[in-house]
Amino acid sequence: MTEFAFEGLLRDLAPQVLGVLTRRFGDFAAAEDAVQEALLAAFQQWPAQGVPGNSRGWLIQVAHRRLIEQIRGADARRRRESSAFQLSAPLADAEVADRDDTLDLLFLCCHPALSRASAIALTLRAVGGLTTAEIARAFLVPEATMAQRISRAKRTVQSGFSEPGDLDAVLQVLYLIFNEGHTSSAGPSLLRVELSAEAIRLTRAVRALRPESAEVGGLLALMLLTEARAPARTGPVGELVPLAAQDRSRWDAAAIAEGIALVHEVLPRGPVGPYQVQAAIAALHDEAPSAEATDWPQILALYGVLERLTPSPVVALNRAVARAMVEGPAAGLATLDALAADERLARGHRLPAARAHLLEMAGARAEAAEAYRLAAARTASVPERNYLTLRAARLAE
Amino acid sequence: MLMMQFSQAAAEFPAIGTWKPEEVERHIAFMGEVNAALTEAGEWVSGEGLADPAELKIVRAGADGAPVVTEGPFPETKEFLAGYWIVDVESPERAIELAARISTAPGPGGRPLNMPIEVRQIMDAPAPDAW
Repeated sequence: MTEFAFEGLLRDLAPQVLGVLTRRFGDFAAAEDAVQEALLAAFQQWPAQGVPGNSRGWLIQVAHRRLIEQIRGADARRRRESSAFQLSAPLADAEVADRDDTLDLLFLCCHPALSRASAIALTLRAVGGLTTAEIARAFLVPEATMAQRISRAKRTVQSGFSEPGDLDAVLQVLYLIFNEGHTSSAGPSLLRVELSAEAIRLTRAVRALRPESAEVGGLLALMLLTEARAPARTGPVGELVPLAAQDRSRWDAAAIAEGIALVHEVLPRGPVGPYQVQAAIAALHDEAPSAEATDWPQILALYGVLERLTPSPVVALNRAVARAMVEGPAAGLATLDALAADERLARGHRLPAARAHLLEMAGARAEAAEAYRLAAARTASVPERNYLTLRAARLAE
Repeated sequence: MLMMQFSQAAAEFPAIGTWKPEEVERHIAFMGEVNAALTEAGEWVSGEGLADPAELKIVRAGADGAPVVTEGPFPETKEFLAGYWIVDVESPERAIELAARISTAPGPGGRPLNMPIEVRQIMDAPAPDAW
């Protein structure tokens, strides 16, 4: 078995093993320590002795023994007798054999009591099988900081599984992980965790466990259709290339085909949720041979649906841009003017950036340049600021 | 630590928003090359650009300890930090050499901006044999 396949196997198995032990003992933090030790044992033994036939059962047994040793050690001082019965009872065959607790584990890691940042870190560690060092690197914080954040999160969810979790919260965390990978560009590439790829892998796992959920399929489609454009999203020195200017031949055709097939599969099932609508919009962009040949009327209609499902200033902004593509810049600008009263938008860079684009479309060069400059001053993203500043400079010539 | 200080009073160049596109492009490319060269040489530790000073907030604790927030921009603000690099270099001379290189970032007409770069040592724990 190649090293890569070997690591992949352990990463798939680790959350299942952790799920079994957490369910059994109700102590997430202790179970996690035990699983880490079992993984270490696997790393030491499997390459030389070969991967055991029932690799999942092997890991569960080893982690189980470690957990017992741990709890016995801790218990010895206090209640030497009372817990012996529960500990020594063998694990039921069904627990070892085929029950998959990965989804319960995801629910636990995306617990509503955790902040989103903590939920993301815990999910990547417990379900994604990433090391604390890798997660720290991906989020550009010192390893000690990330270790503390994860420990705090573990203490918060210490007591293990309770009532069935909220699938929406899980999907939201996975989407946040995806977006983190999609927008960040820092860090040395060799050691950098590919967060988008990890989010897609985890979403595939959730889909395997909950195939009936159309929103899970919608989220996976949205990720695939967005990630497909990644190779064309940035230029040689990391500069931002807007959708309209991207070289579409560099988009990942296989990912687009898979994403579109997923959209066609889940959409007719109804009721339609926001991830499916966003996936449908992404599919229309990905299918279009050029920005001009995009099916803008349908995108506009879909943004209307999205705005009813999950009204937000960003959705309203995107809808205004789609409206401009269908009815002309004046109509889009009128929609934007109506949004200017929104406090959340008024201070940010998105509104002036969208206004700048539509003003440029309308041929109002000086006004557009002014709006680009305002947007550039307000963004905290370097590639975005560079892009907006350059755009303003081109118009001012 | 190399700090890129912008001083409104001492600035001898116009704001970047008024430059020609190719001037902006050259400036951005220069900064990218500097960062790549620092990484290549093993001297890069970290670095950040800071958002526009118009977005800054000044916070003081009020009498009861609660935050009192004052929002920018401040007309009296004469200098602000635009960004910084933390580098790990062999000698103070090398830090000064790097600062001079960064200072030559091209501006309008491709001419070096010669902007002031503040160089400061980051405090460190004493060496084991220092005490």
